[in-house]
Amino acid sequence: MPDSGINILFEGTNFLRLLGGLWVTVRISVVSVLLSILFGIIVGMIMTVRNPVTKALTRVYLDFVRIMPQLVLLFIVYFGVTTAFNVNLSGEVSAVIVFTFWGTAEMGDLVRGALLSVPKHQYESGEAIGLSGLQIYRYIIIPQTVRRLIPLAINLTTRMIKTTSLVTLIGVIEVLKVGQQIIETSRFTYPSASLWIYAIVFFLYFLVCYPISRLAKGLEKKWQN
Amino acid sequence: MAELRCGILSDVLLEIKHLKKSFGDTEVLRDLSLDVHTGEVIVVIGPSGCGKSTFLRCLNGLEKVQGGEIRLKGNLITGSKTDWQKVRQQIGMVFQSYDLFPNMTVLQNLTLGPVKVQKRSREEAAETARKLLARVGLAEKENAFPRELSGGQKQRAAIVRALILNPEIILFDEVTAALDPEMVREVLDVILELAKSGSTMVIVTHEMQFARAVADRVVFIDGGEIVETSPPEEFFTNPKTERARKFLNMFQFDKRKEEP
Repeated sequence: MPDSGINILFEGTNFLRLLGGLWVTVRISVVSVLLSILFGIIVGMIMTVRNPVTKALTRVYLDFVRIMPQLVLLFIVYFGVTTAFNVNLSGEVSAVIVFTFWGTAEMGDLVRGALLSVPKHQYESGEAIGLSGLQIYRYIIIPQTVRRLIPLAINLTTRMIKTTSLVTLIGVIEVLKVGQQIIETSRFTYPSASLWIYAIVFFLYFLVCYPISRLAKGLEKKWQN
Repeated sequence: MAELRCGILSDVLLEIKHLKKSFGDTEVLRDLSLDVHTGEVIVVIGPSGCGKSTFLRCLNGLEKVQGGEIRLKGNLITGSKTDWQKVRQQIGMVFQSYDLFPNMTVLQNLTLGPVKVQKRSREEAAETARKLLARVGLAEKENAFPRELSGGQKQRAAIVRALILNPEIILFDEVTAALDPEMVREVLDVILELAKSGSTMVIVTHEMQFARAVADRVVFIDGGEIVETSPPEEFFTNPKTERARKFLNMFQFDKRKEEP
């Protein structure tokens, strides 16, 4: 049998299965990213509070998340927490928990940076023309913070999407795992399958991440200054 | 003094009595009293860190005072119940770093206060803004963003942002200190023009020539207290106090070579 590996895509429902896997990847990412943004904004605001206790706590949280490999966090939650507390978490839920835990810390740090990068004088100028605290936030601080934040948040999103490939290791069947399964089942019919399948997986990640990354660049350019 | 120059005794607009301000244990303003009359231009000078900027910031509530009182047209504004949002519409302030809002055009910067705080109509606010922009030579810039303006243009726009609220008095906090030398003039000219049109102003500045030209009274602050208050000519030619003389001498240079 001639080995034209690309045909493997059209065997059975292979391509659809890959897309199905991609959907799992996207689903985990989207839920984690949305939750991270929500909690990250709150954590970021807490980080700017001048209180030694909250400062220390958020600092430890951020450092912990940055030092720990995401894979270890996934194992802790999926294998550790479930046995220790005798709860049953699916791989996908564990993944969302870990990625939200991680994303919240990173997003919080971005929000903190964006809030602090608005000079104190912007608040005072607002006060000096008689605006209320709420009006200062609404018309001056939030618009400036959001502009600084969105490109950074989008970059974080693409990082999170890429990192979801780790969830195969706690048994979640996402796009990469589907690819491996296809390669293994057709080891003999299509010996060069791995090249094609991984190329396709690469392409699918690219398809998801590239537009997002372009968007970040575009917004960054548009909002310079 | 203003009342002498005008020949009549004008009203006291801002009355500052025994003002005290400290940051922690550091006393910044010890016991500061000053009356500002309607239409008067007060220039505050003094060495860095003498408390002159803090003094201005106390006047519109950006700093809380620890003692003494400030009255605006007879009304106490240093009490705990002061509605600073109201007071600040009457006491405008322009800062050293201009601080236009970078997310808005010049026109939006100017109309934000009138529309959102004073509830004036957008059309009227925009029309007034355009008139004032023309007056400071920025008629073409209403749709520009702050980043597209030079430092001098930004500062002139910031002055208009304070003016458009029709304040009773405007405070200028070293408004030319962050500018390149060639842009200082255009900003000072705007302030001079305001002085001529009768605006009441308290100006903190290091531009001595300008102080001499614009002031009705020069107030010299050192070490958190008013050391001397004099008409400008007198202050610059014949200061009453030794401290003022020392300060003014810092701006003099001796010639390196003797004249032949």
